[in-house]
Amino acid sequence: MGRALLALLLVLLLGVIFNAEGAFFKIGTHRDALRQASVNGILACGMTLVIISGGIDLSVGSVVALVAVCFALMSIHWGWSPLLAVPLCLLIGAACGGASGMLVAWGRLQPFIATLAMMVFARGLAKTISGGMKVSTAIPNPDGTYQYVGVPSIFRFIDSRILGDNLSLVTVIFLICAAIAWLALSRHRWGRELYAIGGNEEAARLSGVPVPIAKLKAYIACGLFAAVAGMCQAAQEQQGDPEAGIGYELTAIAAVVIGGTSLMGGRGGVGLTLLGVLTIGYLDKILSINAVPEASRLMLTGIVIVVATLAQRGRRG
Amino acid sequence: MPNRAIPAESKPPLVRMVGISKRFGGVPALQEVSFEIYPGEVHVLAGENGAGKSTLVKILAGVYSDYEGTIEIEGKPVRFHSPLEAAAQGIVAIHQELSLVPSMSVVDNLFLGTPLTSAGFVRQRDQRVRAKALLDQLGVEIDVDRAVEELPLATQQLIEIAKALGQKARVLIMDEPTSALSAPEVERLFRLIADLKARGCGVVYITHRLEEIERLADRITVLRDGRRVQTAPASEVSTQMLIHWMVGRELEGWWAGESRRAQPVRAASAPPRLQLENFTVLSRRHGGRPPVDSVSLSVEAGEIVGIAGLQGSGASELLMGLFGGYGRLARGTIRLNGKPVTIHSPQQAIANGIALLTNDRKATGLVLSLSVMANITLADLKRLTPFGWRRPRLEREVATYWANRLRLQAPSLDAPVDTLSGGNQQKVALAKWLQTRPQVLLLDEPTRGVDVAAKREIYELIYRWADEGIAILLITSEMPELLMLSDRIVAMHRGRITAEFTRANASADAILAAAMGSSVVSSPHPAQERMP
Repeated sequence: MGRALLALLLVLLLGVIFNAEGAFFKIGTHRDALRQASVNGILACGMTLVIISGGIDLSVGSVVALVAVCFALMSIHWGWSPLLAVPLCLLIGAACGGASGMLVAWGRLQPFIATLAMMVFARGLAKTISGGMKVSTAIPNPDGTYQYVGVPSIFRFIDSRILGDNLSLVTVIFLICAAIAWLALSRHRWGRELYAIGGNEEAARLSGVPVPIAKLKAYIACGLFAAVAGMCQAAQEQQGDPEAGIGYELTAIAAVVIGGTSLMGGRGGVGLTLLGVLTIGYLDKILSINAVPEASRLMLTGIVIVVATLAQRGRRG
Repeated sequence: MPNRAIPAESKPPLVRMVGISKRFGGVPALQEVSFEIYPGEVHVLAGENGAGKSTLVKILAGVYSDYEGTIEIEGKPVRFHSPLEAAAQGIVAIHQELSLVPSMSVVDNLFLGTPLTSAGFVRQRDQRVRAKALLDQLGVEIDVDRAVEELPLATQQLIEIAKALGQKARVLIMDEPTSALSAPEVERLFRLIADLKARGCGVVYITHRLEEIERLADRITVLRDGRRVQTAPASEVSTQMLIHWMVGRELEGWWAGESRRAQPVRAASAPPRLQLENFTVLSRRHGGRPPVDSVSLSVEAGEIVGIAGLQGSGASELLMGLFGGYGRLARGTIRLNGKPVTIHSPQQAIANGIALLTNDRKATGLVLSLSVMANITLADLKRLTPFGWRRPRLEREVATYWANRLRLQAPSLDAPVDTLSGGNQQKVALAKWLQTRPQVLLLDEPTRGVDVAAKREIYELIYRWADEGIAILLITSEMPELLMLSDRIVAMHRGRITAEFTRANASADAILAAAMGSSVVSSPHPAQERMP
């Protein structure tokens, strides 16, 4: 916990020093930093569950795109009620995670391979469903003209702000997701099973832990979190982009690792992931308010991942 | 033992090891052992599990380089720092675990590390011709381009031997080479060994099987507790002598006078707590020898039944199969209190009140990264978490209870198990199983890697659990421990039960002989090591 917190404090200190003429001290900056980190944060919560069980899920970025496309289609083009669209989108995410999970748990495929396949498949599905086009409020007519419709209320609701404009609702959604993941890992039998499987799968099996089912549930949960992230993504962009979410799985893994959760499984937690998400999110925000070009931002993020991970290793000797 | 030509000791030895000592983290594994290998002989290395046989041959084969003592090859002192260096001097080991790369072809495996090249490029055609020639010598006809993993285990073993021959081995070390082989495969291996002898190679052969010793040995060296007991020509060694050398430790110290439990009294009408009929565990390998072969056995409530089995006897597999660890590979009838039960998974075993302490707490027993508390509650998690939600206070109560009862020494219940000593780790593993309230407790080497004080505590606990009515099935490779703890002892050899002993007629010599596959021999000192 200590080192992950230290990394975040260092990044915040960086913000205090390079405050872009006071911009860092404005509440709006923090609201936006948190808003921009939320989709990654939601994904990182699901990723934490899978990584603690000793696995990995590379498909979440594609699932974000698939769900964003479906959510936009249902809400904008077809005008479905969110009471129907939201559960259906969750189901799509759970199905993607469930398919990967079954391949891992019973098909004995390596998680890397099973979820890599799902990553490619879900991306293709998103492109098929959307016809390769962004699903937006401009609906193409057969004759080539466009028909414009309003932004559905559910999109505006998800992207709204609360507490007198000081907090984005997506950040609240992110924190709820983190709370759910924390409850599962720290207060539920299933969480203990995931730690045991990640720590020593054979010992867990011989202690009566239902290994395949626990693993399957982790991938389903990861898919569900990806679906939530996908709906938030669609609402924020007011469209369903089949090219959305490329590389998101890697940012989510980076957040988990910077927090200090071991990629070998068995150690870590959601609290650590939260710190990792904030570290990456704030680093990005601070660099952007200082008008650091994106190329340099990427290089700096890479360096932070290495330094944070080396610091974690130092702790364990 | 049959008479046979004794190798001419007038010839200089191929290898002479003098005064070899080796410690593993302070624990002596070998002390001042001397060992010679002459050309054209099979030198059998015998001893109980943990006597130091594997350590000795690993030193010779260059696996361990930090030892005391000297090794001479044809009179010249050498010190190997890797198996490759040993192989360059013609010393090649075929270990219990094969060293082939399963996914690579036969020919690539044969030339792994020493490829035939010109200007850095592999001469594939030449390699293939050489490979075929090598395998022909052994009478193996296979496609050399096939991946090794597609071939039966016996063939893989022959490929390993071919590899050794390709390296111009003069001394071949075989550590339990027949443990997974069927009878015809064993026969082929023995013909090959005769062939190697005729060519003047020296063979070091480790085995637990009397029949193999009788058939192959020219000379025998017996190790016990890391020391050499005897080296003698096989023609001068009787089975009785051999067994006695292997067992020969005097019952000493505190356990000589240990008071024993009263023999459990069985209620005449009650069915046994655990009863196995024709219990078999099939091999994972198609057509392989079943590790456990038609075992029938029963254990009463409150009874401790010890299984004497050397490596490869199938004793561990019997317990693991009974616990559901092999799923549907385990066949046969299991009755608990007279009622037949189906056990195809550890979960079913636990639900039926069966618990298994595995023989390797680090690999299969504990989750080392988790806390003491998490490990103690792991096997009983279902009952401790009604509706799935954990109750941390209840878990702490449970862990505290067992920590007190087993006198566990841990920095705290939240400390990861890997910070504990071996004995305390073992207590955590035991606590985990007792928490499931078992009616049958399967203990596979319960005192392995545990210091003497903790051993004694574990013995007392085992007695107490038996007194409480738990049926206990116990494997231990320490003969005094087996004799002291067991109410009844069965010996296993190659997957079958070969003998059964009551306390009255059990002796260390007779048990070991049965575990090595001999018909019962009489002990040279019948009174000395009887159970009281």
